[in-house]
Formats: sequence, structure tokens, C-alpha cells
Amino acid sequence: MSASDRPSAGRRLLPVLSLLACVALWHLVASRHLNLGLVTFQNVPQPLEVLDAAWALLQSPKLQYHLGSSLSRVLSGFVLAAVAGVALGLAIGRFRWVRETLMPPLEVARPIPAVAWIPLSILMFPSSEGSMIFITFVGALFPILLNTIHGVHGVDPRLIASARSLGTRRWGIFLRVILPAAAPSVLTGLSIGMGTCWFCLVTAEMISGQYGIGYYTWESYTVQNYANIIVGMLLIGLLGMGSSALLHRAGQALMPWYRPGGRA
Amino acid sequence: MNAVLKLSDLSPAQPATGSLEIERVSVELGSGAARFTALDDVSVSIRPGEFVCLLGPSGCGKSTLLGGLAGHLAPSSGCLLLDGQPIAGPGPERGLVFQHHTLFPWLTVLDNVAYGLRMRGVPRAERRAQALTWLAEVGLQGFENSYPNALSGGMQQRVEIARVLINQPRVLLMDEPFGALDALTRLKMQELLLALWAKRRMTVVFVTHDIDEALFMADRILVMSARPGRVVEEIRVPAERPRTAEWLTGPSFIEHKRHCLSLLRDSAPAMPLARLSPLSEPSGDAADATAYSD
Repeated sequence: MSASDRPSAGRRLLPVLSLLACVALWHLVASRHLNLGLVTFQNVPQPLEVLDAAWALLQSPKLQYHLGSSLSRVLSGFVLAAVAGVALGLAIGRFRWVRETLMPPLEVARPIPAVAWIPLSILMFPSSEGSMIFITFVGALFPILLNTIHGVHGVDPRLIASARSLGTRRWGIFLRVILPAAAPSVLTGLSIGMGTCWFCLVTAEMISGQYGIGYYTWESYTVQNYANIIVGMLLIGLLGMGSSALLHRAGQALMPWYRPGGRA
Repeated sequence: MNAVLKLSDLSPAQPATGSLEIERVSVELGSGAARFTALDDVSVSIRPGEFVCLLGPSGCGKSTLLGGLAGHLAPSSGCLLLDGQPIAGPGPERGLVFQHHTLFPWLTVLDNVAYGLRMRGVPRAERRAQALTWLAEVGLQGFENSYPNALSGGMQQRVEIARVLINQPRVLLMDEPFGALDALTRLKMQELLLALWAKRRMTVVFVTHDIDEALFMADRILVMSARPGRVVEEIRVPAERPRTAEWLTGPSFIEHKRHCLSLLRDSAPAMPLARLSPLSEPSGDAADATAYSD
């Protein structure tokens, strides 16, 4: 990393200032009960109310159960989607007959929103845990699948030709050429997929009995505890951001040769 | 091959293997209305250890012929033989070098060079030792832990050559390997290749459209014409080896160059053609139908 890449003190402060400005703006419009006609902040809880609610949740013994359930659901759905999406994406990207066989049903399934899967997933899975994991799985599957296909299509055919000339056999081509060459694209897919997993969490946990951050958010809405809704929303946002950052780190560690937007 | 060798043929490093027979080979590329004959009834026979340049204008099918020898393109008719065995698909005994390197960006220079040995199941320590030897041979000591993208174009081609030669190929196939390099780097690479070839004496088939390059490198030049791709003339380069600057500036060189130039001028198509690749036609989908499957 060169000196110019290292952010100065001022530049490092900027993200913090930006977040503070958002909170300040929120406080301003909520405390003044601003009514703009089309949009109104009359019933929006203020930052301090939300802070109180967050503090209450933090003290509550339920928090670890909420977090634990949500994390295990998101993680299970994500891992399943990653395995299925990457495997399917490699096959669809590489073989025309697989593409022609599998793409039509997948294209039909792709635009269906997670919320529309709720009734069917309740019917299909005997346990509600299974249906919740299925919904996060559906959310993450398509970004991972499509980015993997895109990555496979982008592999330079000369790399494959060279690998074959150097004695690589069929499975070796997949393992040693196509997978690493498509890896940056797969990582993009995984990162978007991780986002959509959290995105679908509230939807999934609508069918939950008692625990989960999404359940907590949805339940707060049904009992009209508005401050708690925002606590739930912010928790989902933070967890999603954290998991994306982890994924980014993992990608950098696994692909030291790959530096987006620049040469290694 | 020759059942009886003359004594004069037996130079100390004369290899026993690496003969190529190209027998009445035609290759058609493209599909439907865009289908054309890239190579038309080409017959060439190449001795073990010979350095042959294919010289011709863009689109004349010289890269197509190379692709056929590499096993990435199947001829529409005719056959290609290496030491009497038909060529049926790519293999490490025929090393292929493209104009732009095809090093794996996710492997270090060392792992790229050792790749072929890995495919053959050579143990790790042995792979490493051999790869380091080869890196030294191409003048890249100290770069073993770099990634290919951190190297210059000339260095990348050095790694590419080491990666191919570590497999001890009987034939080295090169598709304008120095075409993208600046003049000085190109000259250094030509000298490096000739030095490696003098030491190991594998057969080399070298595609170029640069007359000087062909006259500097080759034992024999096959001049090709475009659409249909044919060999229009065969030129034996009379210069002694190792070749020097004297040859490059002498009257015989100029005479040969003038001759090549007039041949190329006659054989060049009215409109410049797109460059063909050793893999398939100039653009569009890879021709799955004509390529060998593995």
C-alpha cells in the first residue's frame, strides 16, 4: 500500500461525521414532528427513544437468543445457497446442455420475492426452522448463481487451452482454472447474497414463534412498539454490514493476487 | 523418419524425436455463410530439432495450423502426426505459447512454472527445485514469489516459456510470442529462445509476420498466403549458427528479406483480414464443433 492510499486523520473522521449527521437530521425531523404532506415524521420515534429501547434489549436475556437464532438461520441459508449457487453456476456456465435444461425454471423462480415463498415453505417444511432457512436460502441463491455464471463466461479461453496443453484433465480444468478464474465474480455474488440473506430475514422470521431479530422487528410492529422496530432494523443493518466486511476480508486473504481496480 | 542418417546430420545435440508430418491438412472455420477455408491442403514435413517459421499476413491461417498442431483445432481433412502418432488433442509434449501470456494470475511465478509437473504428480520439493532451475535459465531469479501481474510483458513471456519447457516438450509451438514486446525486449527474447533451443534442440514451430524475426530465427521459413491459406514458398535460411549482427546486416540477409517482402506483397489479401487464433475463428463463440473435446 502506498502512502497516498493511507487515509489521513480527516479522511478517517469523515465516515463518523457522516453517520453523526444522519442521526442529527433524524433527531431534528423527529423531534420537530415535521410534516411534509407526502411524508410525515409525526409518529417517528426519536433517536433517544430508540437508544433507550436498544439499552433495554441489551439488558434483556432474550437478546442472545434473538441473535443466535437469526445468525444460525442466515448462516445456514447462506452456506446452502453458496454451495448450490456456485456448483450450479459452474455447471451452467460451462455446459450448454445444463444451461438449456436448468435456466428456464430458474428464470421463472428468480423474480419471485421471498415473501411470496412463505406459504409454500410452510407447506413444504415440517419445521418452521426449515422454512425460515429455506427463505434466506432463496434470497441468497440467485445473486450467487448469476455472478458465478457470469464469472465462468468471463474466463479467458486461452487460459483453458494453455492448461490443457500443460496436461490438465477435465476435472482439473474446473478446479484449477475455471474456479479460481471465476473467483472474483463468485465473491461479488457471495457478498450480494449475504446482503440479500439479511434482507430476507424479517420475511423469514414472520413465521418464527418467538426468537430472531427479524421476529423481534416484526413483533414490535404488530404491538406498535415503534422504537423497537428501529432497534431491530439497525441491528439487521449492522449485522449485515459486519458479515459483508468479514466476507471481504476472507476474499482478500484467499485471493492475494486479486486487487479490484488496480494491479497487484 | 530417415532410416539412414548421413554423418553430417548427426550434430552433437541432434534429437531423435520431435518430427512433425502435416499431410494434406485443410481446416474450415466459422459456420453457415461465414464459413471459410482457413487452411487449404497444406503438406509440410518438419525434422526433429528443426526451427521452422511460418511467415504470412494476418488471417493466412498460420495460427490455425499452429492450433492444429497444438491439438486445439481438428482439421476438416488430412492428418497431423508427431513422431508418426496422430495428434488428437492437446498435450504437454507439444508446448504452446501465445502472443499474450496465459499465466494463471492466481498462482505465483514459481507455481506457474511448476504447474505442468504438478499435473504429472511430481512431488512438491522436486517441482520447486526444477522450477527454480528453469527460472534461473530464463533469467528470472528472485521473482519466484511474485504474481504474474506484477511483471513486465517480457518477463511474463519468460515465465511462460519456462512453464512450457519444464515439461520437456518434443515440440515448441509459438504464436507470435514476441509480437507485443518493444523492439529491444523482442531482440533479447529472440536471443534467449535461440540459446534455449541450441541447448535442448526441441523442434520449434514459430508463427510470425515479421520478416526480420523469421530470418534471424529460422532454419526454414514457410511463407503462407491467405484465403485460402496455403504454403506458397519454402525458404532455407543459409546463415550459420550462432547468428550474429553480421548476418542481420549482410547482403545475403537483405536479398532474402527483399524476396520475402515481394512474396508477402503478392500473397497479401486486398483487404486486411482479422487475425486468426490457434483456438478458433477470429471472433464469436469458440467453435465447439471443430475443437477436440477432452
